[in-house]
Amino acid sequence: MAKKYDAGVKEYRDLYWAPDYVPLDTDLLACFKVTQQEGVPREEAAAAVAAESSTGTWSTVWSELLTDMEFYKGRAYRIEDVPGDKESFYTFIAYPLDLFEEGSIVNVLTSLVGNVFGFKALRYLRLEDIRFPIAFVKTCMGPPSGIQVERDKLNKYGRPMLGATIKPKLGLSAKNYGRAVYECLRGGLDLTKDDENVNSQPFMRWQNRFEFVAEAVRKAQAETGETKGHYLNVTANTPEDMYERAEFAKELGQPIIMHDFLTGGFTANAGLAKWCRKNGMLLHIHRAMHAVIDRNPKHGIHFRVLAKCLRLSGGDHLHTGTVVGKLEGDRASTLGFVDLLRESFIPEDRSRGIFFDQDWGSMPGVFAVASGGIHVWHMPALVSIFGDDSILQFGGGTQGHPWGNAAGAAANRVALEACVKARNEGRELEREARDIMEGAARHSPELAIAMETWKEIKFEFDTVDKLDVA
Amino acid sequence: MNADSQVGDYRTQHTLETFSFLPALTQEEVYEQINYMLAQGLTPAIEHEAAAQAAEHYWPMWKLPFFGETELSNVVNELEACHRAYPEHHVRLIGYDSYTQSQGVCFVVYRAKSW
Repeated sequence: MAKKYDAGVKEYRDLYWAPDYVPLDTDLLACFKVTQQEGVPREEAAAAVAAESSTGTWSTVWSELLTDMEFYKGRAYRIEDVPGDKESFYTFIAYPLDLFEEGSIVNVLTSLVGNVFGFKALRYLRLEDIRFPIAFVKTCMGPPSGIQVERDKLNKYGRPMLGATIKPKLGLSAKNYGRAVYECLRGGLDLTKDDENVNSQPFMRWQNRFEFVAEAVRKAQAETGETKGHYLNVTANTPEDMYERAEFAKELGQPIIMHDFLTGGFTANAGLAKWCRKNGMLLHIHRAMHAVIDRNPKHGIHFRVLAKCLRLSGGDHLHTGTVVGKLEGDRASTLGFVDLLRESFIPEDRSRGIFFDQDWGSMPGVFAVASGGIHVWHMPALVSIFGDDSILQFGGGTQGHPWGNAAGAAANRVALEACVKARNEGRELEREARDIMEGAARHSPELAIAMETWKEIKFEFDTVDKLDVA
Repeated sequence: MNADSQVGDYRTQHTLETFSFLPALTQEEVYEQINYMLAQGLTPAIEHEAAAQAAEHYWPMWKLPFFGETELSNVVNELEACHRAYPEHHVRLIGYDSYTQSQGVCFVVYRAKSW
């Protein structure tokens, strides 16, 4: 029987709270942490989130009756307590697949984290996780190359790759910058990286940087016999500038470029990833601005969601935090989203902050990048935590070596290989760290000096965004 | 004057990827790496090449990958046989991973005499 039009404001829960709903395999599922205003019942707040992030608006409108809202609406289907937090709760929402354009992360985010985050009945709202149905995953291109292809191209097997961001991050001339790259690579790093804020400033225009860096990479490669690369940052103010820089990197025969996916935006990211797939270029992804979005435990978007979005949108590397370094990050939670980047099926595991099973099908994996505030003494822990499919980046920890970049690079490479060898021999890296490192340093004066230089540095601050546990 | 006798010079090394920054592995250490590879369920394979061509992706295969091999001694015998047959070449050991379609292990066991 046809419905009648009944103008006015309805309670959200009448339409959008559906505790008996059984989600479909094709539904996109989301878990939000909701902190509602006082006096708003949980079911109403949960239903409001479902409504405002899908088909709903504040008032009934006649044109709703021209379509089948039952087919299109999002449904809040479950509510759970947040362990150790009385004022917030989790709600689980199922969105029908047809709410989203195929392959468009932009569209998913505009819906799920659009207006609803400013909704007045809520004090705070945080998107904790999204389950992307395999039907949606298969419409996304994903990483241009992925872990397996990158290893084959760069000929790096059986160990994490080693990198560094070139310092000082701003102010070097292009030729001096290329010098710093060359020294790092000839010393034993696999990869070096532009700092994220190096774009094309007056002190170093991008063409000059690309040319000098290309020479540095070529020379280091010829002299060491190993494959090398430098992430040329193509992040720019307009897509046209971005593509122009990418084309020039290709013209110079460079293997990899980089982009900032949050400040640059998902449209730019997805476009650049497609360009990279088409042109056989590897794509490193930096995450400037992420902490603005993901650090507050009550409001925003958890990084695991941004990581999943990036894997779909396209990138071959993504920064994940180091766990051991100076930056924010809880170990279990980081390991959770590192798995989400690299594995093909990740089961629900609340102890690692994973709220849903996630099946990626044939989507290639993304290298986890640990970068920031780390030095040789962290190597055993990093190898143990991140495993082989990672890139360990020591910026100050390479270029701050008393003998300079090349010796700093060699120190890190010796430490890395000693740790991988010890791990393969069945030794416990973190427990036997001192013994392993001191053993390796006996054959490497560069490592011995690095260990002496950084022995006292520790970074031990409490994590702000902890996993929710009672 | 900033010339500091404490500062050392780093001489660029021609290297051969994983484990080439460590002293040459002893026989016992090579055995440990083979045992690791076998325990991971990887398929051992051997390749060899002259030093001058070492930077190329493809090195000639020694026979075929040793599918289903689980015995350390068999792998060691093949490595030694390859080295005897090509004493002037680098010889590297690979652990193929059929799940990731990548190599879980790859390192040079015998470095060419000219190296």
